[in-house]
Amino acid sequence: MQSYDADLDELEFDILKEIGNIGAGNATTALSSMLHAKIDMHVPKVNMLSFKELGEIVGGAETLVAGILLSLSGDVEGMMLFMLEYEAARHLVCQLMGIPQEEENVEFTDMAKSALQEIGNIISGAYLSAISSLTNLTIISSVPYLSIDMAGAILSVPAIEFGKLGDRALLIESQFKDLEVDISGYFILIPTLESNNRILSSLGM
Amino acid sequence: MAGEMIKVGMADLNVCRAPDAITTLGLGSCVGVVLYDKGAKIAGMVHVMLPDSTQIRQNHNKAKFADTGIDALLAMMAKAGAKTTSLTAKIAGGAQMFAFNSSNDMLRVGERNVQAVKEKLRSLGIRILAEDTGLNYGRTVEFYPETGEFWVKSVGKPVKIL
Repeated sequence: MQSYDADLDELEFDILKEIGNIGAGNATTALSSMLHAKIDMHVPKVNMLSFKELGEIVGGAETLVAGILLSLSGDVEGMMLFMLEYEAARHLVCQLMGIPQEEENVEFTDMAKSALQEIGNIISGAYLSAISSLTNLTIISSVPYLSIDMAGAILSVPAIEFGKLGDRALLIESQFKDLEVDISGYFILIPTLESNNRILSSLGM
Repeated sequence: MAGEMIKVGMADLNVCRAPDAITTLGLGSCVGVVLYDKGAKIAGMVHVMLPDSTQIRQNHNKAKFADTGIDALLAMMAKAGAKTTSLTAKIAGGAQMFAFNSSNDMLRVGERNVQAVKEKLRSLGIRILAEDTGLNYGRTVEFYPETGEFWVKSVGKPVKIL
């Protein structure tokens, strides 16, 4: 049986990176039109990380983050997690709802949560549709689920899914920047092993 | 409190003795299991991710699973000089981080982890003295073998001492 631990070769890695790049590019465009603002994107970083390292990616397992999770069905089954640092999430919500930054209190209101869920939905949707059109595979996503908590706790959800297959997880980190703030977003796509092979083979691998 | 704080990562385990303490950060659906020898003041912690190693092919990392993880921790504690016949346990974690309304197996893993840990401990005859499990939030846990205190910290909640 194949697993994620069987090291990805250079070419497969490049393909996943390119998928990440296109997905993140699409997501940036969506974000930009949602916020009516110019958003710059850096080239995403693609990494295979061990579980021990995974907890450290956003400044430690206890860092407060917002995670938006979609479950996937269709040709590609699995999950997709979009994760933002708490301050970045707050910034985006304020922008979207037209609230001055200093007025939004620390706690997220229900309205703000639902706005954030929608941001996650649109960004993840843009990301997934890029993969879908690139591979010609149908990807159906669930409604978005939101959790605001410690990074380690949120990452445990995709980590457990990866854990069934191997000891590392595939992480795509993309950084956005609007006029004021650097926003780091993390995409974690967790296709089932079968779906992962389907993605690669649809691209001629 | 003097002494070092020993960190246990995801799918990882370790042992410490007083005055040192042991911790694992940001438990979500995973479960943190502490075994404690009160007499020798030795404690071990394992951070398990999945309930059952026999269901998974890639099962060489023993600390990842409730069944093999607790066995491995027992062996490690015995080696450190703990009396494995007089151990007690405290556990935390096993949350459901996202509010899914489906009963999809994939998403109820927290609950299944807690169940598997309890079954394993029962089969070994190790009594669970305290637990803080389930619900929908993350937890950081610290265990102090000097006092036997188990600290559970969560976002926006007061520290629980079990």
